[in-house]
Amino acid sequence: MTVADVLLTAIGAVVVGSALLVVTTRHIVHAGLWLVVTLTGVAALYLVLTAELVAWVQILLYLGAVVVLLLFAVMLTRAPIGARDDLDRPRWPGVLVGLGTAGSLAALLANAYRWDKIELPAAGTAERIGEHLFRSWVLPFELVGLLLLAALIGAIALSRSGDE
Amino acid sequence: MSVSYYVVLAAALFTIGAVGVLIRRNAIVLFMCIELMLNAANLTLVTFSRINGTLDGQIMAFFVMVVAAAEVVVGLAIIMTIFRTRRSANVDEANLLKY
Repeated sequence: MTVADVLLTAIGAVVVGSALLVVTTRHIVHAGLWLVVTLTGVAALYLVLTAELVAWVQILLYLGAVVVLLLFAVMLTRAPIGARDDLDRPRWPGVLVGLGTAGSLAALLANAYRWDKIELPAAGTAERIGEHLFRSWVLPFELVGLLLLAALIGAIALSRSGDE
Repeated sequence: MSVSYYVVLAAALFTIGAVGVLIRRNAIVLFMCIELMLNAANLTLVTFSRINGTLDGQIMAFFVMVVAAAEVVVGLAIIMTIFRTRRSANVDEANLLKY
């Protein structure tokens, strides 16, 4: 194993371990903070896969916006800040379904791509992504703008008090 | 490192998210688990983008992130509305369409 392999294995272990903590911890706030660790690890994997822009957008958007929103929601819903035992449903059905999902996904995907070694294409820098985006993906890009506007209006409409 | 490493990692991440959605009760923690699943999908998209040597997968991952952000905004607004009427963010108690 090379140094890069060891590092990658370590990052993978951190990602999976912190994701497990997100779904098992008894503190809601801790779940949010472990989510930060998971998302940072995934961003590091994006960097290893030469997807620079995606990695930085991951950090800006997920860590900067989504996690902060989630923590705000924790405060606004007066969720229990300390440890709670009633956060979980009975576990066994969920764990069984999860094991089935994991087995089939891993078998299918690993079997389908078993022989591939990663070649080195050019890195996904902001310049290349931007050029590609505005050359072949303009229509989806505009639609995403529309979607964001709709989400904005929807959120405002939902969170107004409904007495008008 | 071979592709299967990333793919198996993404499968594990997706599974953890799916199990979390099934076993957790608090709506906000459910959102965190959904984010985990979306990240797993993004990881496979970026991996396949790299295998094929094109940027399409990375752009799709970018779109998935934007849609996830919109989903979180609307979803949290819905959770707030439910909380305002039911005084609870527990998904098992949100069992009425009209209150």
